[in-house]
Amino acid sequence: MSTIRFLEPHAGVLAKREQIVSGLARLVPDDCLVTEERELVPFETDAFTAYRRVPLAVVLPETTEQVSAVMKYCSEQGVPVVPRGAGTSLAGGAIPQEDAVVIGISKMSCILDVDFANRTARVQAGVTNLRISDEVSADGFFYAPDPSSQLACTIAGNIGMNSGGAHCLKYGVTTNNLLGVKMVLQDGTIIELGGKHLDSGGYDLLGLICGSEGQFGIITEATVRLLAKPEGARPVLFGFDSSEVAGACVADIIAEGIIPVAIEFMDKEAIDICEAFAHAGYPMDVEALLIVEVEGSDDEMDAMLRKIIAIAKTHNVKRVKESQSAMEAAAIWKGRKSAFGATGRVADYICMDGTVPLGQLSHVLSETSKIIDRFGLRVANVFHAGDGNMHPLILYDVNDPVEAEKAEAAGMEILKLCVDAGGCLTGEHGVGIEKRDLMLHQFTETDLNQQMRVRAAFDPAWLMNPSKVFPLEMKMREAV
Amino acid sequence: MASEETLRPTSEEEASEIVRQAAAGGRTLEIVGGGTKRGIGQPSRADRQLSTAGLTGITEYNPGELVLTARAGTPVAEIEAALSSNNQVLAFQPGNWRALFGANGAPTIGAIAAANVSGSRRISAGAARDSLLGVRFINGRGEIIKNGGKVMKNVTGLDLVKLMAGSWGTLGLLTEVSFKVLPRAATEATLVVHGGTAKEAASLMATAMGTSADVSGASHLPEAIATRMPGMPFDGQSATVLRLEGFEDSVAARLERLRAALPPGSETSTLDTGQSASLWQSLSDVAPFAASNAPLWRISVAPVWGADVAAAIRRRLEGELWFDWQGGLVWLQLSGTPDDAGATIIRDAIAANGGGHATLMRADEAVRANLPVFQPLAPAVAALSERIRASMDPASVFNPGRMVFDGDRKAA
Repeated sequence: MSTIRFLEPHAGVLAKREQIVSGLARLVPDDCLVTEERELVPFETDAFTAYRRVPLAVVLPETTEQVSAVMKYCSEQGVPVVPRGAGTSLAGGAIPQEDAVVIGISKMSCILDVDFANRTARVQAGVTNLRISDEVSADGFFYAPDPSSQLACTIAGNIGMNSGGAHCLKYGVTTNNLLGVKMVLQDGTIIELGGKHLDSGGYDLLGLICGSEGQFGIITEATVRLLAKPEGARPVLFGFDSSEVAGACVADIIAEGIIPVAIEFMDKEAIDICEAFAHAGYPMDVEALLIVEVEGSDDEMDAMLRKIIAIAKTHNVKRVKESQSAMEAAAIWKGRKSAFGATGRVADYICMDGTVPLGQLSHVLSETSKIIDRFGLRVANVFHAGDGNMHPLILYDVNDPVEAEKAEAAGMEILKLCVDAGGCLTGEHGVGIEKRDLMLHQFTETDLNQQMRVRAAFDPAWLMNPSKVFPLEMKMREAV
Repeated sequence: MASEETLRPTSEEEASEIVRQAAAGGRTLEIVGGGTKRGIGQPSRADRQLSTAGLTGITEYNPGELVLTARAGTPVAEIEAALSSNNQVLAFQPGNWRALFGANGAPTIGAIAAANVSGSRRISAGAARDSLLGVRFINGRGEIIKNGGKVMKNVTGLDLVKLMAGSWGTLGLLTEVSFKVLPRAATEATLVVHGGTAKEAASLMATAMGTSADVSGASHLPEAIATRMPGMPFDGQSATVLRLEGFEDSVAARLERLRAALPPGSETSTLDTGQSASLWQSLSDVAPFAASNAPLWRISVAPVWGADVAAAIRRRLEGELWFDWQGGLVWLQLSGTPDDAGATIIRDAIAANGGGHATLMRADEAVRANLPVFQPLAPAVAALSERIRASMDPASVFNPGRMVFDGDRKAA
């Protein structure tokens, strides 16, 4: 696949590569700078592996001050900067370009302060998502956003993409759980926003930065909200004869005033793939599966489940299976959370991420399968049904260029379908390069121009993660 | 100011034309909804008022999708009535500040978004900005802009929705807002812990919020405030109140769990659903400080340090205060009007206790004209904020100077 373009590298920057490398070498310790061709290769892409660009250099600073010095230098030299967390973006948000310096914050991974009374954790931004919950778990707390990549992905990346996860239905996404940041702006200025208090005294810059996809600066520290763990949590499997019926059951659960912690959906293809990988005990004789998780004491969970099961029965639920142990519960979630990885064992895939209104779930599912059939491809649907965030995984063979192009084309049609159904292009993965050129399907040029003007307030020279989010044509016109 | 008639567009297009002409003619506009919060901010220096009163009505509401969309001038009461008939609520429990400001108008949903007004449930359910899914607005160029959307999860493009929330009409004229809504809890109850100092309450509330009881309101009312709450069994003592919401059996079970987590010997009682609902509505409306003109501060700090901030302020300023949001939101009403309405003392106390912000919510125009009503920002953040503001409204058409104290201009 090579249909997505990048901005042309600045010839002037490429020409002074040696000078830039030695300039960077003066700013950070030797082991924080990567310039050897061979060592740059691991940074050429992220989890959107169809596209690769080897960067000019990679800097892995150890302090906010080093980040500031590097940013200031790149700003003065007119060098593009691509921020990088763990490189798990599914949208190509961390893919570099030939004239760019990658600034990775993976060495900044300390937990600085855990404050249970205020229920906050202050961390360096290279800490992984799961590490925070691991750190506070024994004391009865957790950090709520739980993207599938949580073992690897960093808080900086989560903030950059405003990441979500399966449990967002109750607890919200990153922006709802972020209290403060320390960040370095494009010109090297260090600013702090928020803290342990709630809301902002001025404009909500914290909210604006969250999900800005690395275009506003480099996040080096974050203060996040901790939550008290529920007494218990129990996932329950519901198997249905069709995806449409499962979708209708989701809508009814919500309409009854019940908001479970999570409602996850899998179709037959996804069930087969995940069960083969995780041996989670998913029912194999159904066409669609819901994982509904409830929380509370045993009595509370029993009561909640009685209500949910009663609703499911009105939809002729075929199988109901409650997890009987913590191990079973873990297996159920392991199957769901490794859905992408497990799919990767079966075939190459691209993962879509549109969100639709709940009432449109059935319609969008059936239209999706029509699109996939028309292209002669296969799809596995596994997604967050409670908030309408769909993840069709389009299966293809990366070594077959014709099929690869079909997969990309089908994906674009599915995303347009989501927008046309009243939804959006991306619910939690971000725009990156992947959905950039579809932005004009969801927004008008006027809408995007306003966003680009706000972007310019942070980065007037357009050097931060420059080939992302906004359609290339608009950006090039703007640049003239 | 505002000698001419108020502008009252009835469509987005009409509003857009008004703004375009104002920008071209170098004139400025004060955006007004129900007018209940006009007294918040640096005094208006706009040429004319631009009202949202002609932009009303719920445009989309399908209860099963948990999303409601309405034009900005729609009264909050109309939204809440529509939600109520479907057993739903705005999760962030916006207060009605009409009595607080002695105003007659009806608060609008657009102003709830523009001022990011959140009540007591903010501590567990997030602020108005967390429920705000999408906006339509007119920028200072007169362009109609949409951002966000009508679905519960959306990271497509820059989040100007958050930027608009709490921007007090200085970035654009909101014309339509979409909020995520939630089912109304089947029942609620409030555990009252009688007596105790603010410092003890801070520790108690931290304990409560650290349990699995899912507390959705945590407030401390010192004795002087508690005794003024009508119909509440606080018996002339301070009260720390903890709310639980949900299905009946669950609330009962969690109430027991919460009680068990309290220090031994705590004297407690329980408010039933009706009393509990009435208490938290009063607190979200800031009822203890309604019916007064005294200067009123709204202070946001780290929850457990609220008591320390309050103590530091009280050593040097006369007044009354109470705590919401687990102690992190301090409502402070001053007795009399000290120099700069106590701004320096209050903001120094905040800075010495981990940081946060203080807004002078209520004071005479002459007082507000002479001090920063909103928390002054660090220079780099202030400069960035101004660049963002200019990117939205380059000619400074909207609510000029409302959020930024321009001491130099004053001196000149």
